[in-house]
Amino acid sequence: MSNSSRCAACKSLRRKCPQDCVLAPYFPSNNPQRFSWVHKIFGASNITKMLQQLPVELRGEAADCMAMEAYLRVENPVYGSVGIIYQYQQQIIEVQNEIIKINGEIAVYNALLQHQQLQQHQDSFFSTDNDFNL
Amino acid sequence: MGGNSPCASCKLLRRRCAKDCIFAPYFPSDDPHKFAIVHKVFGASNVSKMLQELPVHQRADAVSSLVYEANARVRDPVYGCVGAISFLQNQVSQLQMQLAVAQAEILCIQMQQDPIMPTPQTEEVDPDHKPSLLQNNLPHQYLNFASSSNVRESFFGHDMVS
Repeated sequence: MSNSSRCAACKSLRRKCPQDCVLAPYFPSNNPQRFSWVHKIFGASNITKMLQQLPVELRGEAADCMAMEAYLRVENPVYGSVGIIYQYQQQIIEVQNEIIKINGEIAVYNALLQHQQLQQHQDSFFSTDNDFNL
Repeated sequence: MGGNSPCASCKLLRRRCAKDCIFAPYFPSDDPHKFAIVHKVFGASNVSKMLQELPVHQRADAVSSLVYEANARVRDPVYGCVGAISFLQNQVSQLQMQLAVAQAEILCIQMQQDPIMPTPQTEEVDPDHKPSLLQNNLPHQYLNFASSSNVRESFFGHDMVS
């Protein structure tokens, strides 16, 4: 493969890009940033090893996920993707609490409505219009 | 830690554990698996570089999250932590729908309520307002790293596509 068509990985590593380059399908030359994240966090040899251990049809998804994890770690060097997981967990708790609160309000409304309807029914039953006093 | 008892990292890497070993506080010798898994996924030199770039008080948390991510990637070599993110995102979406249904229901009740009925203690539900927690908090730049549209669709859904 000529220099001009090296994948982002081989360009970054300053090496020839062979025809059977493991990384080339997942780190195209038009997105050098993607490989730089992955290289910084996992290292080129680790990512090559991890991809080689997977069947070819799963490597694309795996490379995408590793790129995402690497990006999240670069953005948040302390928590990485675990920070996002935590945010979602907190969000879930907040939404669940909101649902419980609103369901509680609905129950109160329904109880008040029932009580009101019962009151109205009793009032109409005992009104002076009823001809029970013979 | 130094002297007679090398930390788990130095044991695995078969080197002398210096007094100022960067790994020693976080990878004690009684838990060799912890460093082994982080080394397997990230590599010792990458972990060392990452820790060196952080202030000391943040390194313990960084190590914990790296261990978590490494474990996730070993358990699921394709999706790793991203699998968990996707699962949680789906949960949030489902809960958002449930919340929307509950909000619609209470809005109907409020619109139908008898003026005699006491007004609710809580603030009125504005149908156009979504609590900020329902807005998607993930910045749009997370979308652009994936070269495969499958990942973008499966993990973020169409709403997030910028």
